[in-house]
Amino acid sequence: MNSWHLVLSNLASPMVLAFVMGLIATWVRSDLRLPQELYTTLSFYLLFSIGLKGGAELVHTPFLEVWKPILVTLGLGIGIPLLAYLALRRLGRLGVTDAAAIAAHYGSVSVVTFSAAQTVLVTGGFKPEGFLPALVALLEAPAILVALGLARLRTGRANGEGVQEALRDLLTGKSIFALVGGLLIGALSGPEGIKPVAAFFLDPFKGALTLFLLELGMVTARRLRDLAQAPRFLWVYAIVGPVFHGSLGVMLGTLAGLSVGGSAVLGAMAASASYIAAPAAVRVALPDANPGYYLGMALGITFPFNLTLGIPLYAALSLQLHGGHG
Amino acid sequence: MNLTVLKRVTIISEALLEERLLADLKRLGARGYTLTEARGEGSRGVRASEWEGNNIKIETLVSATVATAILEFLAERYFPSYAVVAYQEEVEVVRGEKYI
Repeated sequence: MNSWHLVLSNLASPMVLAFVMGLIATWVRSDLRLPQELYTTLSFYLLFSIGLKGGAELVHTPFLEVWKPILVTLGLGIGIPLLAYLALRRLGRLGVTDAAAIAAHYGSVSVVTFSAAQTVLVTGGFKPEGFLPALVALLEAPAILVALGLARLRTGRANGEGVQEALRDLLTGKSIFALVGGLLIGALSGPEGIKPVAAFFLDPFKGALTLFLLELGMVTARRLRDLAQAPRFLWVYAIVGPVFHGSLGVMLGTLAGLSVGGSAVLGAMAASASYIAAPAAVRVALPDANPGYYLGMALGITFPFNLTLGIPLYAALSLQLHGGHG
Repeated sequence: MNLTVLKRVTIISEALLEERLLADLKRLGARGYTLTEARGEGSRGVRASEWEGNNIKIETLVSATVATAILEFLAERYFPSYAVVAYQEEVEVVRGEKYI
């Protein structure tokens, strides 16, 4: 399957179309609304299922196969927030607090972007490595810590609560807890052990993801309104930044020995911006940063961009780097 | 009927602050609280995260001194950076001794 087909089949997938339906629902002021509890439940379900599957795969992967991808992932988690911070400060002339807040979001990972990338590549006939969810868990926290640390260094004080408190909140926060908990349970039960729950947690996953994307479409449309007053540079950065980070992810993934599918998914992970773990941590540690900026960019622009064009782009780049062979 | 005059302090805030606010209330001398989820619109508008929920409304019955302490603390600690509304009213409470 060539990359153009990947773009088309991606755009016509129920996931992307459900997202567009959510956008339209908000724009035409439809009274379509999913209950708040469902949004939280679906988020938890997705995180937990991803962890469960990844954990079960991880136990029978030899360590020799994963140590390079692990190193590369940690490198991305530390490198991307630094690059993002520099770009936002130097090129965007943004204040320290806002730059650090946005850097935390772009360095951290969006689990839904990861799932969408995984689904697109599997559908396209590629086989991303099964241990990738473990890398998602690894990529979530470091960037947020780096960015909060930067803000603290540059302002001399955290203007909210201490970094320590933010760290505790981050590591015990529900998103990391659900993902890491799922990973551990998956690893302890093993591939055979999770079979009895597969009918609930693994098989309906794509359906749940589609429903979640419908809701996310509505959230995105609302967030776009917040972005109206943001500097134009941020609009541009919300697309250029991910393409840059994503290409870096694909290249490093390829160097670390990941397959075409694996490198493309790692690229999508690096390109994505967190909108669950990072906002909660940043709101506490940097309350003066403008949530309209970081959430507007992450959800309003970067997420839809990655979902529609970004993922096929990273897949195409990965195919190129692997010499065109799946 | 035996009624005691107390203050009812109502705090409406972004849901993210729930745990912190409840800990603050306890520390400042509130003996209990009622928490409900709330929706609304105000000057700030933007919330940190859908994932954390929308808004919460906390009500607590306390003595006038505790009420003042709570409102002063909120004003200093949360008003500058977070979406928080707080006010007090006078209420007549049955079994008032439970709350002070």
